[in-house]
Amino acid sequence: MSETQSSVARAPSPGFSFFHYASPQTFFPLAGKLLWPCWIAAALLTLAGLYIGFFVAPTDATQGDSYRIIFIHVPAAWMSMVVYLAMAFWCAVGLVFNTRLSFMMATALAPTGAIWAFVALWTGALWGKPTWGTYWVWDARLTSELILFFLYCGYMALQAAIDDPRRADRAGALIAIVGAVNVPIIYFSVKWWNTLHQGASVSLTAAPTMATTMLTGMLMMALAAWAYTIGAALVRVRAIMIERERSADWVRKLVTGADFNGDSKA
Amino acid sequence: MNWESASHFWAMGGYGFFVWASYGVTGAVIAFELIALSRRMKRARAQVKRDATLDRIEAEKRGGA
Repeated sequence: MSETQSSVARAPSPGFSFFHYASPQTFFPLAGKLLWPCWIAAALLTLAGLYIGFFVAPTDATQGDSYRIIFIHVPAAWMSMVVYLAMAFWCAVGLVFNTRLSFMMATALAPTGAIWAFVALWTGALWGKPTWGTYWVWDARLTSELILFFLYCGYMALQAAIDDPRRADRAGALIAIVGAVNVPIIYFSVKWWNTLHQGASVSLTAAPTMATTMLTGMLMMALAAWAYTIGAALVRVRAIMIERERSADWVRKLVTGADFNGDSKA
Repeated sequence: MNWESASHFWAMGGYGFFVWASYGVTGAVIAFELIALSRRMKRARAQVKRDATLDRIEAEKRGGA
């Protein structure tokens, strides 16, 4: 009787298991299958967002057409913060559970997050000049976003400087987790300090203070940025898996075999 | 429709430089990332293939001796 029970308990679960995908070997083909949906969604949403942004949304009464920078500026700024939080989350999971895939995810997210932070700063400067009369001021919102960009750079530089990937992961995780305190500072900076930067036009708690077509275009671009970020991070995490586990049997079979993309029987 | 003509569109109501420098650099940075990603993937796969070939040659040598 007890023997039957224990053999049942040991039998592999037939249903979906999150932990099944916690190893690089099983996650690799799954990531491959998710890639094309991400790229297609990103492309279609970008086209729709740009169309609405340039041809449907009207010229702004006070800012003229310079406001059209919003369709990249705001999604980029959002993504720079979301990606940082995701990176810090995977670092924390990696430190607690010691799972190598978590650290690979964090490492894969960093360059794309840095790009979004750079794009937010760049487009912000180009929007600031016509509306505020200056490309840059050292105010709370701009400075904290610049610090976010430096945190991404610091994380990547530190990881690149340490040869042993396990030590690099742990050292980088400290920067990522400690630096996460900067994200709420960026988000609330326009409330906490008097800044030149305008307050949020879109928030979770109040009705948006912008025209519906402008909002629609911006949200489409934001969704496109999500899809692109997931796609880019998945490609990078697959490259990192191959690089780090290159002497493992599963990587050799995968690369030298035909089922590389996980489309066929992986 | 917001624009009377193509030149109106490119002028962006006098803000053409700011708008197009924003969109242009963003597009360029994303294109750069995509190229870098595809190169990194190719390099990683080539490295694994090279290692596998070297190991096979090594094994054949040992088998032949």
